[in-house]
Amino acid sequence: MTGQKNFERLIERALFLCASLSILVTLGILSVLVFETVQFFRVVSPFDFLFGTVWTPLFFEKQFGVLPLVAGTALVAMVAMTIALPVGLLTAAYLSEYASHSTRRIVKPVLEILAGVPTVVYGYFALLFVTPLLQRLIPGLSGFNALSPGIVMGIMILPMVSSLSEDALHSVPRGLREAAYALGATRAQATVRVVAPAAFSGISAAAVLAVSRAIGETMIVTIAAGQQPRLTANPLEAVETMTAYIVQVSLGDTPAGTIEYQTVFAVGMLLFVSTFGLNLASHWLRERLREEYA
Amino acid sequence: MRNVRRLNRFADRALHTVGVLATASGLVVLGVLLFDVASDGSGRLSWQFLTSFPSRRPEAAGIYAALLGSVFVIILTALIAVPIGVGAAVYLEEYGGRGKWARLIEINIANLAGVPSIIYGLLGLALFVRALSFGRSVIAGAATLALLVLPVVILSTREALRAVSPSLREASYALGATRWQTVWHQVLPVALPGILTGLILALSRAIGETAPLIMIGALTYVPFAPDSIWSPFTVLPIQVFNWVSRPQVEFFENAAAGIMVLLGLLLCMNGVAAWIRDRTQVNMSR
Repeated sequence: MTGQKNFERLIERALFLCASLSILVTLGILSVLVFETVQFFRVVSPFDFLFGTVWTPLFFEKQFGVLPLVAGTALVAMVAMTIALPVGLLTAAYLSEYASHSTRRIVKPVLEILAGVPTVVYGYFALLFVTPLLQRLIPGLSGFNALSPGIVMGIMILPMVSSLSEDALHSVPRGLREAAYALGATRAQATVRVVAPAAFSGISAAAVLAVSRAIGETMIVTIAAGQQPRLTANPLEAVETMTAYIVQVSLGDTPAGTIEYQTVFAVGMLLFVSTFGLNLASHWLRERLREEYA
Repeated sequence: MRNVRRLNRFADRALHTVGVLATASGLVVLGVLLFDVASDGSGRLSWQFLTSFPSRRPEAAGIYAALLGSVFVIILTALIAVPIGVGAAVYLEEYGGRGKWARLIEINIANLAGVPSIIYGLLGLALFVRALSFGRSVIAGAATLALLVLPVVILSTREALRAVSPSLREASYALGATRWQTVWHQVLPVALPGILTGLILALSRAIGETAPLIMIGALTYVPFAPDSIWSPFTVLPIQVFNWVSRPQVEFFENAAAGIMVLLGLLLCMNGVAAWIRDRTQVNMSR
């Protein structure tokens, strides 16, 4: 009998370890990033890093201003959101307020396929289909630019925006819609004036999460945006994002302990902090939606 | 008054139409993407392409090493992630209760699911490749991917466990079974199809991952198949990336053909997941 009891306790302990491993993963990520970033900040001051406007760590004349990478990341993410937000919201409004149950059951999983396509495939699509297409519309557009990967990234995060926004619209109580209909509102009026405002925090949660995904996305920009860190707001130019820089360095042969190696972790730290902040904000917004209609 | 009503009806129909168009645009782009890849790559897809090693000459190059590398890495990833992920989910769902520690683990897992995959690559590089000196090997890649998919495995397994009716557990306890006996003999068998479906979806995410494996240094030119967990390797997405970043147009065809193989692999995995789901739905309705 005690044998059985010991066995039970052993199992519970083992399962507990499995669950705790996830905490270790977080601690591992944090300590790796912090350790190398601290090394980096011994050489470069945090102020120069965060507010410098020239990024040339791989050149002979090294400068470590991260703003060009931040600008490139923001530019591509902005293009992506310009595509994903309106299209995603309209898709969500259609699926939640207009479409029949059977349409929704077919369309939703097919849209989810877009989120499951490997990102390297989207990179191929951006470089070899969307860019040549854009070059025909915009003469003189360079082969690498922020526009094409931005558009393709918008398509990639579209299912995320539409499905999370649809959930938000769906969670608005029926009574609100019925009250609007009873006052003579059309479906469009009920959707735009009643349901969408009521689901606002859920919709913003979806948008914030999509931005976080766009910032962390790597392969599309590595393949199609180029590798020129440039402080620009013009989407027709080639840019380099934070993620693309990390890949660029690791494709070369950079020995551990060098300043080039440490820049990767410093940029990684910045990336981690920004996505973490956005994820927290999104979580907070979603909780608010739940509280409103609990 | 009638004009206003007509305007309202027009606005309603407009929103409906625009909504249909927006929904259709996503589907159309998916179609265009698949068609584009297929029309670029189908000419290169052949038995020779599947069984050849990479080469300087595009028409002689193939994906044998990458395909074997992908399969090898994914099997190893599953061997690491499945026991840990399912164990963690069982703890949180069947043992954890509502304690502070369990709550902390839950929040932590939700956060890990949102960390960009390239950050896991940095962790793998510093931890597995350097600190544990696994080198740029299959095991380092699999361990990195295992950490990456762990949150997905845990979340989907918990969902499957939650779908098991509580009366099953109560019946088992009533007959004097211990907690682990209940989990092992009653709950897990019933939840198995749901767990498997979630696992396959998690692994199909891992098989398409490129960035973290580039970080840990999966080589882009590997003219041999991996023969142990310590050998260098490459995977399908990295081979595709390598071909896309070359200047010669001929290599783009190879990239498209490689993408077709990758998408085919994903389609098979998702097909199996759908088949398992459908089968169990039939079983339950009996």
